[in-house]
Amino acid sequence: MSILNKYVQKKKKNFHIAMYKAKRSKNCYLFLLPYAIIFTLFYIVPVVMSICLSFTYYNVFESPRFVGLQNYINLFLADDVFLTSVTNTFLIAAITGPIGYLASFLFAWFINELPRYIRAFAVLVFYAPTISGQVYLIWAIMFSGDAYGYVNAFLMKLGFISQPILWLTDPNYMMPVILLVILWMSLGTGFLSFVAGLQGVDQAQYEAGYVDGVKNRWQELWYITLPNMKPMLMFGAVMAITQSFGVCDVTMALAGFPSTDYAARTVVTHLFDYGSVRFEMGYASAIATVLFITMILCNKLIQSLLRKVGT
Amino acid sequence: MKKLKRRKPNRSRGGDLGIYIMLTLFGIFMALPLVYAISSAFKPLDEIYLYPPKFFVQHPTMDNFQDLFVIMGKSWVPFSRYIFNTVFITLIGTIGHLLFASMGAYVLAKYDFPGGKTFFNIVVTALMFSGYVLGIPNYLIMTGLGWVDSYLAVIIPAFASPMGLFLMKQFMEGIPDALIEAAKIDGAKEWTIYYKIVMPMVKPAWLTLIIFSVQNLWNTKASNYIYSEELKTLPYALQQIINGGVSRAGVGSAVTLFMMIVPILTFILSQSNILETMASSGIKD
Repeated sequence: MSILNKYVQKKKKNFHIAMYKAKRSKNCYLFLLPYAIIFTLFYIVPVVMSICLSFTYYNVFESPRFVGLQNYINLFLADDVFLTSVTNTFLIAAITGPIGYLASFLFAWFINELPRYIRAFAVLVFYAPTISGQVYLIWAIMFSGDAYGYVNAFLMKLGFISQPILWLTDPNYMMPVILLVILWMSLGTGFLSFVAGLQGVDQAQYEAGYVDGVKNRWQELWYITLPNMKPMLMFGAVMAITQSFGVCDVTMALAGFPSTDYAARTVVTHLFDYGSVRFEMGYASAIATVLFITMILCNKLIQSLLRKVGT
Repeated sequence: MKKLKRRKPNRSRGGDLGIYIMLTLFGIFMALPLVYAISSAFKPLDEIYLYPPKFFVQHPTMDNFQDLFVIMGKSWVPFSRYIFNTVFITLIGTIGHLLFASMGAYVLAKYDFPGGKTFFNIVVTALMFSGYVLGIPNYLIMTGLGWVDSYLAVIIPAFASPMGLFLMKQFMEGIPDALIEAAKIDGAKEWTIYYKIVMPMVKPAWLTLIIFSVQNLWNTKASNYIYSEELKTLPYALQQIINGGVSRAGVGSAVTLFMMIVPILTFILSQSNILETMASSGIKD
């Protein structure tokens, strides 16, 4: 009798657990639903549409016409400006991406060594360029091509140059100036995440480190801080990719649109040109698709590199 | 609890000094354009076109701000309308984003349910999609929904910005499962757990989320979607003022100062909050 009773009770309990689990999952979906619907509509569907449109000729006024791979063929074989823009984008990404990423981490780490109140101020100083809207336009005044530009005036006063340099119109100088400005703005979201992450590392681990003979800050960084920071490092990498491949506003504002000889054209500028100026949506979508794929591949590569940190 | 010593035992003085020097030098480089922006907002017109150019203002004046108010007063649509538009978009967009993103993040962080992981991976990938890249198909979608020329086209997509969900989920993973289990045993409903237990514990995350959302929406021009003059946003209206040419250079720098002050202020206010929350939220399990 008691065995049977126990058996029934156990069955009952299992049944309750199963019910409970199902109910819990239902709640999960309910919680996620509002976000998921909006996200799908405005972030997933556009990507799918981009990919589909990239195989068509579409100028908004007529309905899309299927042209197969024609857009991609034109892009890589016939469009010299695209190839310039790809070169520029990769140059910008290869320089500002890694430097910006390392700088974000180094400065966050240095700042973390400061006393608390100076720390808050330092975070503000380093982060402010990214959040202050269009303040980067100030650089256009600094690097203005006439003798009124601060950089020209300064260099002329010191006697390095005898006549003003057309920083933002001369293709030779355009890229270095743009790289400087982008680096100036590169301590963004990733930097903030590093600062927060560094503060969140468990102090007890550092104390254990002193006891176990961690001799200097570099050892502490490699053995304690970095392994704790892995999630933030991954996030910072995604942010660095986004920033460095998405460059467009800065080049358009500083070097003009279109820039001299297309010397400062990036993939996104090119996309903007075809999408918003020439209304060749199919072609613009092909550019967007190429950009997506590049960014995703880049991200995969960096993630596999980061898995090796601290091991 | 034993108080931590001020100096950590394994730090060299030389290294500390090096760090201070590095931070000071780069700090000056970072701050210089911002200081210039502030300084030139107070420059009278003749100083803006001075040769050789002077970095700091010599005779500070409020002329630029007065001119700005005069121009604002003369605009076709009352200027307060642009301000209202931007404040409205920023406010609603941020609140909705905070609510939806944290609800989604909570279940993604704390429960293992079919499809959850995949969904999150897609969100992480979507972090990389910039507005320009999604611009074209999004415009077509807005047209389809009939949301062109309305706030909805700006506000609703902001609800699902991938950044917020991502940050929230990462922070929420730090909450001990035991806490949620305990609340469940006490009979708390899912919504109560989320609202009364989880949300107060992730204050740093939602403050961060608010900063990002405000920055993003405050600077939004939305000129792709919005045509009616009375629905246009503040950055758009101010851009028009700056584009007024040489005679507007002084006003332009006043505008630049005005636009940078709001995100920076939000950041200053919420940063102190974040540090405070971080300091007092010593959760140890």
